[in-house]
Amino acid sequence: MNALAIKKGSSRKSAYDLRNPLDEHQETHTLTVLVDNEAGVLARVIGLFSGRGYNIDSLTVAEVDHQGHRSRITIVTTGTPAVIEQIKHQLERMVPVYSVNDLTVEGPSVERELALVKVNCTGEKRVEAMRTGEVFRANVVDSTLESFVFELTGGPEKIDAFVALMVPLGLVEVSRTGVAAIARGV
Amino acid sequence: MAGKMTGAQMVVQALKDQGVDTVFGYPGGAVLPIYDEIFQQNEIRHILVRHEQGATHAAEGYARSTGKPGVVLVTSGPGATNAVTGMTDALMDSIPIIVLTGQVPTFMIGNDAFQEADTVGITRPCTKHNWLVKDTDRLAETIHQAFHVATHGRPGPVLVDIPKDVQFATGRYVAPAKASTGHYNPQVKGDIDAITAAVEALENAERPVIYSGGGVVNSGPAASQLLRELVSATNFPVTSTLMGLGCYPASGANWLGMLGMHGTYEANWAMHDCDYMLCIGARFDDRITGRVDAFSPQSVKVHIDIDPSSINKNIHVDIPIVGDIGHVLEDLLRVWKARGRKTRSEAVAKWWAKIEEWRAVKSLSYVNSDSTIKPQYALQRLEALTKGRDRYITTEVGQHQMWAAQFLGFEDPNRWMTSGGLGTMGYGMPASIGVQVAHPDALVINVAGEASWLMNMQEMGTAVQYRLPVKQFIVNNERLGMVRQWQELLHGERYSHSWSESLPDFVKLAEAFGAKGILCDNPADLDDAIQEMLDYDGPVIFDCVVEKHENCFPMIPSGKAHNEMLLGSASTKGAIDVGGAVLV
Repeated sequence: MNALAIKKGSSRKSAYDLRNPLDEHQETHTLTVLVDNEAGVLARVIGLFSGRGYNIDSLTVAEVDHQGHRSRITIVTTGTPAVIEQIKHQLERMVPVYSVNDLTVEGPSVERELALVKVNCTGEKRVEAMRTGEVFRANVVDSTLESFVFELTGGPEKIDAFVALMVPLGLVEVSRTGVAAIARGV
Repeated sequence: MAGKMTGAQMVVQALKDQGVDTVFGYPGGAVLPIYDEIFQQNEIRHILVRHEQGATHAAEGYARSTGKPGVVLVTSGPGATNAVTGMTDALMDSIPIIVLTGQVPTFMIGNDAFQEADTVGITRPCTKHNWLVKDTDRLAETIHQAFHVATHGRPGPVLVDIPKDVQFATGRYVAPAKASTGHYNPQVKGDIDAITAAVEALENAERPVIYSGGGVVNSGPAASQLLRELVSATNFPVTSTLMGLGCYPASGANWLGMLGMHGTYEANWAMHDCDYMLCIGARFDDRITGRVDAFSPQSVKVHIDIDPSSINKNIHVDIPIVGDIGHVLEDLLRVWKARGRKTRSEAVAKWWAKIEEWRAVKSLSYVNSDSTIKPQYALQRLEALTKGRDRYITTEVGQHQMWAAQFLGFEDPNRWMTSGGLGTMGYGMPASIGVQVAHPDALVINVAGEASWLMNMQEMGTAVQYRLPVKQFIVNNERLGMVRQWQELLHGERYSHSWSESLPDFVKLAEAFGAKGILCDNPADLDDAIQEMLDYDGPVIFDCVVEKHENCFPMIPSGKAHNEMLLGSASTKGAIDVGGAVLV
């Protein structure tokens, strides 16, 4: 009866692309955006992503040039190649944006994220958590008789792996910064 | 003139220094200091509208008909929120307008003060850029920057939100020449390699079509001249979007008429069958493309646009050229001439023969009547009786807008002001005011539907107050015609809420406003009635009572390709399938 309830992905004849984007080839890209650190600039960037239906996997921002009042935003986003292209162009045309760089295509880059991981454990589990922390080169930044807070730096996968190992040992809380990234070389 | 002045004085001084002669606005508590300054000078003319939405559309009409930015001044809270529709309209159609809003004083921001709204937050997605100025020393520079941003690159609306205490405080004024415009400077020159590639493809084109759009208008009169030169030098057929009408003259030999959902048969078939498409300042909007995966399957596509984000957004193109139309066309013509002015003229002649076959279909024909006025006939007579005059046309949105685009001929750019992207009912009446203010001696006609017209009819008061002789040509079918047409085609002729009962008596309404009202419902009287409207020195509401159930054809049904267009009522049964029905 409901003739209009067309299934997502079954409308290749439509004038709009209503196909489920997840059916298509998706890529994850890390973009760095240099912006004027003016009021509302982050709202502008986020509004662009939400308004046009783009994904934000992670986003970090801080002023990197205090004299010139410029902030660097690192965005990890996922989309089809055409959508990634659009995202870059849409960012580039914003008035406070100086430059947009796609680190994923512009050559090798370093991506790092910082995480604070709280684990409640005693006895053998406490020893195991400590040992695993050493393997991952995590620092203990807070300790009680029943808990640790680990500080861990690395790529998102490394942090995911560490967090997964901490689950059976008594993981209670994770705080992650999101990815900061920079191109390698000169 | 540098020196200390109040924020309110700075606003007026900055507008003067930017060459502004007219401001459309409405006063309120948070802009009183600026209004006080406006009172004490004579260089800038303030037009008092009746609603802030009217101010934005009037500013759009001013901007679209002059190429200069339009300026709006409104108060905080409801003043700003009422301006949102006009800013969104300007954003969608790339029209430069500068909206100045009052704001509650800085120390009250965030307190839910009387008439407070988060204006920069609300308008962030509907402006090209906006600013909240918290320091009087930054005010002048911000206003100059706003003009720079609105008019450079792809034009658009900008907003400067000015708290009341910033208007009262004194600070240092900065003249435009000394103000920093920031780092916003989009590229205007196209990449010469891309231009050369476009010329090479042009030389090899056997079935070319030029598809031009509003970007040609925005680039300025020189761009239209270059387009005309290109068309006549190559003998290529040319069509245009709704936004670009007039850049190539409707009387020109190579004109195919408008393309798109209600475009001509020849224009849409040429788009579908071409092997070379030169898109100049248009954006492959869904009203143009129809079904995207069947859009012009065999063509090499060249796309010239000043906005890189327009490229490959809807349609993948082969040769993108980012730059200003005027600059790029100049380089393109220069390269083409330097390479020997080559075209495949024999193949192009064959292509023209094919186009003439499509043209012979006469897709704009309709069945006329002796007893009722057909809307198409009304527009044909309006065209015949105003042809050759210094004429500017605005429209509302709907069937009448499409008929106006089909039956009125435009010989120059900036003569056709319509809401294309956003499709704002209620746009045309205030827009006609902005046009008439900019061109006091010209003939300004708003072709309207009765439903759209009622949405901003309060602006008749503005027209009468400022003695603006705008002609409101209302094509009255007592229906929301386009909605009714879609309900007929898509929803089993169930006409849910698409007609207006208890419409006003437009003649009495005109008289109540202090304007002239004319009613015409007989085709035999139409010419005399239109002539009476044209001869009257003052604003007129013309109630043209037309056939109630006329549909607008030709039409590409949603979800269909250019070569599946419908020519008339006989072909509409089952024309839109379930996939197309979800589209607008």
